[in-house]
Amino acid sequence: MSTPTPEREDEAQLLEALRGGDESAYERLVRELGGRMLAVARRFVRQDDEAEDIVQEAFIQAFKNIDRFEGGSKLSTWLHRITVNAALMRLRKKSRRKEVAIEDLLPSFLDDGHRAEIGEPWTERGEDVAIREETRTLVRESIDRLPDSYRNVLLLRDIEQLDTAETAETLGITVNATKTRLHRARQALRELLDPHLQGGGVA
Amino acid sequence: MTCREIVEFLRAYLDGELEQETRSTFEKHVGLCPPCEDYLRSYQEAIRLGKVCEAEDAPVDVPDRLVQAILAARKKTD
Repeated sequence: MSTPTPEREDEAQLLEALRGGDESAYERLVRELGGRMLAVARRFVRQDDEAEDIVQEAFIQAFKNIDRFEGGSKLSTWLHRITVNAALMRLRKKSRRKEVAIEDLLPSFLDDGHRAEIGEPWTERGEDVAIREETRTLVRESIDRLPDSYRNVLLLRDIEQLDTAETAETLGITVNATKTRLHRARQALRELLDPHLQGGGVA
Repeated sequence: MTCREIVEFLRAYLDGELEQETRSTFEKHVGLCPPCEDYLRSYQEAIRLGKVCEAEDAPVDVPDRLVQAILAARKKTD
């Protein structure tokens, strides 16, 4: 049996207070974890007011189900999942954004199997080089141009760090479909960034 | 293995899902084919940029009015 860490013990106490209906415990939870949840919601919907609605919905849902939280994972992980689900639900209800067909964003090949269009290589850039605001905007806008079914897989796997099985379960698709969509989404993102990053572009 | 197959197998390669023999063939091709090597690098860079650019610069604060709205909504649903 593992020894409970101070963090774990603290969380157990917080959970007990929440289950006991302690108002200050609820406030503490919202203040401690709300910021991270807001960041997650913003990545999916991009609008502050909508992201706040999602966080509110997520907390209300979590409060209602607090007795069902089993403590197998951390509270923050549990709330992260609830937030992701609330954000996906919101996206499903929204009118479709203007999207590019995924096929138009995949590399094309000649009959002999070579890539049809080969541009300049991207310039090597150290990982510690600060990201410019222009790059940040470009990357986010490029992600937003992906069809939702691909964008969501990319966000869940590469950004929210869910594993393949969790992503598949969250989206109600198979593990194989998750892998295929992730690969296509990454290729499409690469394609959208390509003209800007060839030979040392904005980044 | 063609360049098309290299691109097709990229994700599986990075996730360590290729059989030893396919993996060796993959690596041999990439080592000899600059366009595929560039493609592999830019694919990885696109993933990295996605991660870095989607992360917030600083911890996000929860606006006080949102905290109050959530606590008020909880009381209503109690």
